[in-house]
Amino acid sequence: MDTTFVLLSIAKIAVVWGGVLTGAAILVLAERRISAWIQNRLGPNRVGPFGLLQSAADVVKLLFKEDIVPTAANRFVHDFAPMISITVALTTFAVIPFGDTIEAFGQNVKLIVADVNIGMLYILALTGIGVYGITLAGWSSNNKYSLLGGLRSSAQLISYELSMGLSIIGVIMISGTLRLDEVVMHQTAPLAHSMQKLPSWLQWLIPVAGWLPSWNVFFQPIGFITFVVASFAETNRLPFDLPEAEPELVGGYHTEYTGMKFGLFFLSEYANMITSSALITTLFLGGWHLPFAESWGLSPFALSLVKIGTFFVKVTILVVFYIIVRWTLPRFRYDQLMRLGWKVMLPLSIANILATGLLLLWWS
Amino acid sequence: MGTNGNIIRKKDLGFWQSIYVPEILKGLRLTITQMFKPKFTYEFPEVRFKPPEVFRGRPVLVEENGVERCVACGLCSRVCPALAIEVQAGETELAKERYPIKFEINMVRCIFCGFCEEVCPEEAIIMSNEYLLAFNNQVEAVFGKEKLLKSAAEMRPRLEWLKVNR
Repeated sequence: MDTTFVLLSIAKIAVVWGGVLTGAAILVLAERRISAWIQNRLGPNRVGPFGLLQSAADVVKLLFKEDIVPTAANRFVHDFAPMISITVALTTFAVIPFGDTIEAFGQNVKLIVADVNIGMLYILALTGIGVYGITLAGWSSNNKYSLLGGLRSSAQLISYELSMGLSIIGVIMISGTLRLDEVVMHQTAPLAHSMQKLPSWLQWLIPVAGWLPSWNVFFQPIGFITFVVASFAETNRLPFDLPEAEPELVGGYHTEYTGMKFGLFFLSEYANMITSSALITTLFLGGWHLPFAESWGLSPFALSLVKIGTFFVKVTILVVFYIIVRWTLPRFRYDQLMRLGWKVMLPLSIANILATGLLLLWWS
Repeated sequence: MGTNGNIIRKKDLGFWQSIYVPEILKGLRLTITQMFKPKFTYEFPEVRFKPPEVFRGRPVLVEENGVERCVACGLCSRVCPALAIEVQAGETELAKERYPIKFEINMVRCIFCGFCEEVCPEEAIIMSNEYLLAFNNQVEAVFGKEKLLKSAAEMRPRLEWLKVNR
């Protein structure tokens, strides 16, 4: 292991963590402002220009708050739960490629922190660990509302992780790899390449849609929808925020948390939003790929920057979509959540795998 | 039971409604159009609400030709449901014969009901359009004559409105 590799990895980790943490802080503000705009209000716009320093003020406030632990709580687990949540939220991004390659220090650097060949498994495993943070927080607080929130969260994650994993399988079947940067590479060819094999009565589609990039969303529309819905459930966002349903469970799993320990749960929720948006972008929306960017005749360095920018813009759009959905849809009831998970999403994603397999067989 | 008879059952939903996605898109269209609608918020310290004449702000005493209209009859003090007004009458050489030596309204007690204005036979006490009433202590909140007196010219819009609407 040479020094440049270590230094480059540290630099990449700094960039990713800086990006995710700053992004999470800005998202907290964006959430409040967008919700205000949807409700014909202005939202917080006093602290700093456009209210941009609101999150900084909130963090300072949270740091100075008293840390209250209930007397009957299990102190060790109570302290440990937010650490699990934030660790998972900050490490998931490691396998997501946020750009192609970039010229730096005389070598081509891959813009991905950990270029592992089991990227997708890593992400699924980590989201599985993430549920421990919430469930343990609920259990250790020794409060019935927290416990209910934690239990709901584990039930919800188990139900939706199934359809999440199964909807990824369609993508894996198409791209034939678990490595996320290869999944992105696979999506960069124009759609016309794969349309050559269409039957003759569908050949007219080539001039109409052939210019489109071959992003997986065009091959896997059902997989895309099930994956997006499952990601909403995985990140505990409305309409699936049952673990912290305010009208029923006070604050859900974080009822008994104060100060920065609550802040960590809050931060990890928003960091998870960014990570799952980045994952949706990578798996279904072509990652850093911008159609026709290669034909603009940019220098390699500028092209790399354009690709990073493309990734950033795609993730931003998805995150704003997350926020708008939160302020549009009402919360599911618990039985509706389970019905949707087991009776709709699971059969749908299995059918999607079957259809993908049959099409691939016929295609080749 | 508190139902209005318009419950939508699951069996009443059509195909496109029961697969959710088009309905979700409809909802998203609504919220996104709302996002770009003009906002009604006043950015308070910079932009201030200018109340219309109907507004019942803090009560003031009308001053005409350098002397208050009030004849110190004490009706306002009598009618005040919050017991916020205190009047002490004194004799005067003017045609109206009596004037208030002391006229105090405790703005912590005042409930802005407007009964004093309604009961006043001289249109001497009326509601203004001032609403910024925050105090650091109780003593500050007791308004004497020097704070209550406002010239009739200044209070013209409210007086005109009272002529039409009372």
